[in-house]
Amino acid sequence: MALRQCAIYGKGGIGKSTTTQNLVAAMAEAGQRIMIVGCDPKADSTRLILHAKAQNTIMEMAAEAGSVEDLELEDVLKTGYANIQCVESGGPEPGVGCAGRGVITAINFLEEEGAYDEDVDFVFYDVLGDVVCGGFAMPIRENKAQEIYIVVSGEMMAMYAANNIAKGIVKYANSGSVRLAGLICNSRNTDREDDLIIALAEKLGTQMIHFVPRDNVVQRAEIRRMTVIEYDPKAKQADEYRELAKKIIENKKFVIPTPITMDELEELLMEFGILDEEDESIIGKAAEA
Amino acid sequence: MATMTNEETEALIQEVLEVYPEKAKEDRAKHLMVNDQDPDKSKKCMTSNRKSLPGVMTVRGCAYAGSKGVVWGPVKDMVHISHGPVGCGQYSRAGRRNYYIGMTGVDTFGTINFTSDFQEKDIVFGGDKKLDKLLDEVHGLFPLMKGSSIQSECPVGLIGDDISAVAKKKAKEYGKVVVPVRCEGFRGVSQSLGHHIANDAIRDWVLGARDDDDSFESTPYDVAITGDYNIGGDAWSSRTLLEEMGLRVVAQWSGDGTLSEMELTPKVKLNLLHCYRSMNYISRHMEEKYGIPWLEYNFFGPTKIAESLRKIASFFDDKIKEGAERVIAKYQAEYEAVIAKYRPRLEGKRVMLYVGGLRPRHVIGAYEDLGMEVVGTGYEFGHNDDYERTTQDMGKATLIYDDVTGYEFEEFVKKIKPDLIGSGIKEKYIFQKMGIPFRQMHSWDYSGPYHGYDGFAIFARDMDMTLNNPCWNKIIAPWKQEAEEDEAIAASA
Repeated sequence: MALRQCAIYGKGGIGKSTTTQNLVAAMAEAGQRIMIVGCDPKADSTRLILHAKAQNTIMEMAAEAGSVEDLELEDVLKTGYANIQCVESGGPEPGVGCAGRGVITAINFLEEEGAYDEDVDFVFYDVLGDVVCGGFAMPIRENKAQEIYIVVSGEMMAMYAANNIAKGIVKYANSGSVRLAGLICNSRNTDREDDLIIALAEKLGTQMIHFVPRDNVVQRAEIRRMTVIEYDPKAKQADEYRELAKKIIENKKFVIPTPITMDELEELLMEFGILDEEDESIIGKAAEA
Repeated sequence: MATMTNEETEALIQEVLEVYPEKAKEDRAKHLMVNDQDPDKSKKCMTSNRKSLPGVMTVRGCAYAGSKGVVWGPVKDMVHISHGPVGCGQYSRAGRRNYYIGMTGVDTFGTINFTSDFQEKDIVFGGDKKLDKLLDEVHGLFPLMKGSSIQSECPVGLIGDDISAVAKKKAKEYGKVVVPVRCEGFRGVSQSLGHHIANDAIRDWVLGARDDDDSFESTPYDVAITGDYNIGGDAWSSRTLLEEMGLRVVAQWSGDGTLSEMELTPKVKLNLLHCYRSMNYISRHMEEKYGIPWLEYNFFGPTKIAESLRKIASFFDDKIKEGAERVIAKYQAEYEAVIAKYRPRLEGKRVMLYVGGLRPRHVIGAYEDLGMEVVGTGYEFGHNDDYERTTQDMGKATLIYDDVTGYEFEEFVKKIKPDLIGSGIKEKYIFQKMGIPFRQMHSWDYSGPYHGYDGFAIFARDMDMTLNNPCWNKIIAPWKQEAEEDEAIAASA
């Protein structure tokens, strides 16, 4: 089977890294050979797989060695639960340098070193919250990730971010083969959340590939730096991730998204009672004294 | 070719513009004009200091070039760090011929390239730590260094390094000046903004250093030379004249200049500004803050020198006024001999210029002293005040071009057929291959000085040896020349 490269995007704090790691653990359990590429300077995309906080990142190792040319693949590639290959791009602490350039350098390094030539069925890029610059769009440029999954919840800002990410995908989809492959709803227990995300997915021309309910077992597993699949394979939540894994393995619905306007998005939110009708008369007015 | 009329010059501009696409034509039309000495008319015509069009082969530089290359670089007892990847500093190293006295690498550092040599990791993790370390090294290796400046290259601005914080910290640590200059190349449309940024950095980090210190014994005759970069020794041949007329030159900015000279400048009585474009900002600042008047002067050719010396003297008492007359008289025989020797060989020759800074207008007088005429001129990065100052010096119906494109310049030259072109290294070989005598007027073609009376003698000699070089008769291959002669004979028969 040809290598499939997937990228996970979504609003910051929505649970991308947790969802990704639980997902790939389920996929690995099902016999898929997986690599995770963490594209976040925090370098926390692989800790549930490796049971370790922030492994040696490409950029940190490169800085120590002098340059990225001095690195070998085995220096940065770690193997974790169920033979999942893990690598983190790494980057600067907040407020200095250029994290985007770190992602570009790291991904170029992996390609040049032939990291994807190994026996791998899936590569997952776990990308930091917002696509703030070209560096964080690196995983969806040509010849990299072809399937984008957006993690979303029924909260307004999460949906707003999802729509923005869809806009970014359109830009690259027109010049390359990147496609939106679905929305993963990571539930926040808001009202009619599943219906809302299904409706949003429809508007974007895609599908809600799975609804992952909220379950505290995820947090309990996380405290032990484990995925639910490993921590409590019999848990109901583990089956949810297995279901998501199965759907992604079998997924054939790859589309160029049709992002909606701000007005359309607000309409959708009003329809589901999340946003009230806007009262134009109060805009710009301070509180009454 | 005889002198062109207003209409002919206008027609030439239109003809050259014809090949451009509509939008480019509209834009470029605003940068080309027929000179009219009526200032009300000329002001309206010229657009300058705008972004160059892509694809037109502009020869402009960048803000870093204006700050590091022009204003800061020549300050000889400071270390100027090209902060960023290695190329900006290395490919501009020692290229500008700012002469200075001193032991390079010991107490002066002008021709050395200091760079933080950014690598990928410095971009990703930021370059502040490296800069900190670099400044430690510089202070350790060069104890006689008086201070340093950090000249930002583009990436520093992109990743948002806080070079000011590093500068403050290191200045405190070592008790020496460390000046952060945010002259990233992408700022502005040319090197011009770099001059301004560099001037502002001098204002903010250097000038006030001795505000509360009266230990410097000043005299009523203290002046500072600003905007002379000592190309080929220009500032030296200027300075002697000022000293001979009785003035005391406290500072030279920045050719062969020092940090302490800059710090002392607020104590002078008059700022003498040679390159208006690159240092008018700091002159205006000193006028505002310290009440020091400034005067733009011109030391190219005896006419302008005499004019300038008298103008300078008018700020002082009779002793200096007499001094100016004495200097002019002293050199009279010398410059008259130069004119007597070269004028007959250069009389009536026509020149086209395209340079930067002050030269597109300042050298006109020197050519005129030799009987030559400047028929076209333009600035790489001038502003409107430069063009206002130029119209009076240029003849009627002459051509003025701003940020001229490669194509325009070549076409103008083909039509106007000047006897000499004065421009830069990028133009030199194109025009020489077209068979036209050419002098570099940025670097004085590795000659100089051209300022002052001493400089005028060298200027005259250089123009003569270029223009009257026998090689220009050998441009056409002998067999082609014969054919041409045959044709001419046939035509006349």
